[in-house]
Amino acid sequence: MTLLSIENISVRYGKLTALRRASITVNEGETLFVTGPNGAGKSTLLKAIAGVVTPREGFIRFNGAHIAGKAPEDIARMGFSMVPEGREVFGGLTIEENLRLGTGMRADKDQAARDLEQVYAVFPMLKDRKDAQAGVLSGGQQQMLVIGRALMASPKLIAIDEPSLGLAPKVTDDVYATLLKLRDSRGLTLLIVEQSATRAGLTGGRMVLMRAGQVALEGDARQLVKGDALRQAYFGYGDH
Amino acid sequence: MTAILQILFDALSLGSLYALGALGIALIFGVMRLVNFAHGDYIAFCVFAMLWPSIDAAAIVFAGNLPTYLLIPLILCVGAGLSVLSEILVFRRFRNANPATMMIASFALGFVIKYLLLMLYSSRPKSIDLWSNLSQQIEIFGARIPPLQVITICTTIVILLALTAFLKRTRYGLEMRAAAENFTMARMLGVRANLVIMLAFALSGMLAAAVGLILVTQTGTVDINMGANIMLVAFVATVIGGLGSLPGAVIAGFLIGGLSSLMQAYLPADARPFRDAFVYGAVIVMLIWRPNGLFSSKAAKQRV
Repeated sequence: MTLLSIENISVRYGKLTALRRASITVNEGETLFVTGPNGAGKSTLLKAIAGVVTPREGFIRFNGAHIAGKAPEDIARMGFSMVPEGREVFGGLTIEENLRLGTGMRADKDQAARDLEQVYAVFPMLKDRKDAQAGVLSGGQQQMLVIGRALMASPKLIAIDEPSLGLAPKVTDDVYATLLKLRDSRGLTLLIVEQSATRAGLTGGRMVLMRAGQVALEGDARQLVKGDALRQAYFGYGDH
Repeated sequence: MTAILQILFDALSLGSLYALGALGIALIFGVMRLVNFAHGDYIAFCVFAMLWPSIDAAAIVFAGNLPTYLLIPLILCVGAGLSVLSEILVFRRFRNANPATMMIASFALGFVIKYLLLMLYSSRPKSIDLWSNLSQQIEIFGARIPPLQVITICTTIVILLALTAFLKRTRYGLEMRAAAENFTMARMLGVRANLVIMLAFALSGMLAAAVGLILVTQTGTVDINMGANIMLVAFVATVIGGLGSLPGAVIAGFLIGGLSSLMQAYLPADARPFRDAFVYGAVIVMLIWRPNGLFSSKAAKQRV
């Protein structure tokens, strides 16, 4: 079943066109990788879904409702959880406060308390330091924290922008292992922007390759990484 | 010893006033990067709200006649209401404008409030007798201290403790701190932007009302420019404290108050009229030493 469908959206920053009539669908329970070179519009795509930028044209439907042009907090409250590029932990808040922020939209406080324990069970390191300021954590620990924070909202879909950015390969392995475990145990849908197509191929799932604000190629991640089409689409056809 | 005690009380009570003013500005700057220059006019508005509008020289006390336990909440509500109203009517339209545009808008709003008061009450300062017995000095360990100073200091301590408890212990406080650090990310976690900003404006307006009440009790006069000086010092304090840092604003407010009182007491008599020049000279030196203020805000620190 389609959980998120993006139809022909365009986003411009002044004269710069970041997305031109891009269309992508995400199905419930799947892992979709969005990859592509710098400036392809990957981050803009996530920002448009999250409501941080407003598309000039096109539709975005999430869980049956139109969300293009809605406020970020309203979209978040519908079950869309975003982990933006650069992680964006609240460095001045404690680790537990960061996690509790994710639960503001929920009425079921008891369940939220249980979820906090579950997040701590997945990331014991966070529990050990729950009263420390989040700003002192290492990059990998911060990535765990923001994933935990996104989970606290009990979302239907988590979108993550460059989870491996600035992390050692070993730490990236851990992050992905955790993400897949969570996807399977909670029935989450994952939308991951990942510059490294190889990483997407290793993890598996569906993959979309973006180039110049549009979808250039779409298919099974493992298949695409093996073939030649990806490299061609990534760098353009025969222009070098 | 007696002199020191007297200066200490002077410094703390003046610092309290500056700290409350600075806090009112820092709260709003934190959530929306707006330096609200209308804050001084909120202070004056709250005080005028105790009077019946008239251009007579004699003040017609109206709400000011209410018993204290009703008057204080009423004036706090006036401050909160005016502040929230200005966010809904004015600042909301500038939410995505650059900080300079927002600052100009706040200047304009300040003038509107000031001239509204001018039309309703005329520009003549009026005297009002509000809790004047609090200014009669009493002796504490030989120092002659007006009870108002003690009350000002105690009130400020209570306000600071209550605000800290609100920010640290409540859901809205948590959301406000998060919004001050990274507003977009907070919204992506479901924090309601309008609610948090209106809350910050309400708190800021109540702080303006508290400053107004203390000022008018101290001076016994009501004047449309009564908030201007406090506003200026409070703004300087928020800059010294590090824009966006609430503890910084409070500490810097007390520092300026302390410095002013010390200079008032110890500068040679001939230099005393130029006290403010020395105070602001110290501010310049301080800013050369730490251009980002004593406590640069967490948002700025995070980028390093």
